[in-house]
Amino acid sequence: MTTAVVAPTVSGAPHSAGLASKARWLVSDTLTLTKRNLLAVTRIPEALFFSTVQPIMFVLLFRYVFGGAINTGPVPYVDYLLPGIFVQTVAFGSVSTSIGLAEDLQKGIIERFRALPMSRGAVLLGRTTADLVRNVFVVIIMTVVGLLVGFRPTEGLASFLAGIGLILLFAYALSWFFAIVGLSAPNSETAQVMSFPLVFPLTFISAAFVPVGSMPSWMQGFATYQPFSVTISACRSLMVGPASTGTGRSTTFWVVQSLAWTIGLLIVFIPMAIRRYRTRT
Amino acid sequence: MTIAIEVDNLEKVFKGKREVRALDGVSFAVQEGTVFGLLGPNGSGKTTAVRVLTTILRPDLGSARVLGNDVVKKAALVRSLIGLAGQYAAVDENLTGRENLQMVGKLNHLPNSFVATRAVELLDQFNLTEAGDRPLKTYSGGMRRRLDLAAALVARPTVLFLDEPTTGLDPQSRNDLWEVIEQLVGGGTTVLLTTQYLEEADRLASTLAVLDHGKVIAEGTSESLKADLGATVLEVGLPTIDDARRTGTVLDGLGPHVALVNGTLVEVTVDNGPQAAMVALRSLDAEGIVPTTFNLREPSLDDVFLSLTGHRTESEEPDEDDNLSPRQQRRKKRLADLEKALPVQTGEYA
Repeated sequence: MTTAVVAPTVSGAPHSAGLASKARWLVSDTLTLTKRNLLAVTRIPEALFFSTVQPIMFVLLFRYVFGGAINTGPVPYVDYLLPGIFVQTVAFGSVSTSIGLAEDLQKGIIERFRALPMSRGAVLLGRTTADLVRNVFVVIIMTVVGLLVGFRPTEGLASFLAGIGLILLFAYALSWFFAIVGLSAPNSETAQVMSFPLVFPLTFISAAFVPVGSMPSWMQGFATYQPFSVTISACRSLMVGPASTGTGRSTTFWVVQSLAWTIGLLIVFIPMAIRRYRTRT
Repeated sequence: MTIAIEVDNLEKVFKGKREVRALDGVSFAVQEGTVFGLLGPNGSGKTTAVRVLTTILRPDLGSARVLGNDVVKKAALVRSLIGLAGQYAAVDENLTGRENLQMVGKLNHLPNSFVATRAVELLDQFNLTEAGDRPLKTYSGGMRRRLDLAAALVARPTVLFLDEPTTGLDPQSRNDLWEVIEQLVGGGTTVLLTTQYLEEADRLASTLAVLDHGKVIAEGTSESLKADLGATVLEVGLPTIDDARRTGTVLDGLGPHVALVNGTLVEVTVDNGPQAAMVALRSLDAEGIVPTTFNLREPSLDDVFLSLTGHRTESEEPDEDDNLSPRQQRRKKRLADLEKALPVQTGEYA
């Protein structure tokens, strides 16, 4: 090392404790960390590519292999399938919140964040926001894939976009749950294996791929009203009409149920995740 | 002189399968503009002390102040005054060097224009300009540590915490980093450095506290610590272990502490080297013992640690030899070899 190191003389950050400035820094720090998390996604494009390969394979598998054997009544199976695929895809996408946080903890970068004069909530907000943006991207890809294999939304663009919005909100709420998983896992590999047993049953014991009526009766209640199914049915109603759910319920019924779950999950899991972040040493 | 860091009777207990008393009543003070070394083996509480001082961890008992600000009550203010570089090089793998520095600058709430210039300045100071726009995956271990240190300096902190800054680095990178730290201190920054390398503490720190099992077992300048021990170490090598034991008995009265018999090597700390050497040679001659080597040397901090704790600066985990200095590794091996050959007590003051 030959260059002289100039000694620090003045300290940086001016600090005012006003609520308005706190809110401003929370937004600014969240954006900084969201950008950092999204940059990481673009630096490892393989990860993003392969995270879309799996849902695409599911689309092809169910559309062309299993679909013919599944009776969805008046609705073409491809129209029944895609809303289910959307929810499955974003739910699996939310798992990346747990993996990302566990990795940051493991690598010690969160230690650095904790010693910086930044907003306390920005680490979790930046992570969940980045995963939301990532999910937007994945949903766009899945929409294109859906259209290519014959998916035809019937309720108009506004209604379709409302469905997409509902799914993304639901996925955002799930991200807060997976934040807790990530903050509790000893490392990122464990965070991943801890997350999948939670997502898997909710994805498959649901209305995602087959009509619930074909399941054993003791399973039907859970399979119809668990949060994944409720969101799938809401999305299905908004995209291809309420008749497609085969439940006789209205679009409003499912949308309200889905929003209620989303808000409920946020109310329960945001404070829990923040507490977990604070106490995790 | 003003006090930059003040630590008052800190206690921290980690509850788990096994309760660990990481800090057990630690107190010390660091003068502004000096380097303070916290020296101790793995598990002695060094990192816990740094984590409390950098507001990452709340202490169970006691208090600490950085530039007069309580680290618990005024945590936010403290965070804006300090920089932290850790042993794990907490930088983002997926970003470039420049992006890492800019991120830390923004999170320090510094203006964008300042952050951009500061990043250029720091990359230059740490010889990373060329690598500045490459992702960190392509960096060597030494480059990562330099970037980690640079990141700690973005906001020009007046107090800098370095937690084992050179652990795991090769000798060349370690030397580079030492030079950087010395230059920083020359400019007036207060540095608290933790290390398990005695050589590092000796070279960088003007004042030291030796930690063992969460307690400060000695504090002072490295000179005063050495002076307490005795000014010089007399090291006598002998042809056989039996000769060594006899030599130990002969040399016991020479210094403030008893002689240490370590295999065929006998060490005794003495106040007046040449005089003691003459006495030692005469006594050995009278006993008919002929040494193979005979040396007078400065006591190392390793000697200090041994005389203070009765055990060496070894980590508690036996597999972490990589973290020991070459000297420690040699000693450890020597000791282990001997213990195999000889069931009787060795290595401790008899």
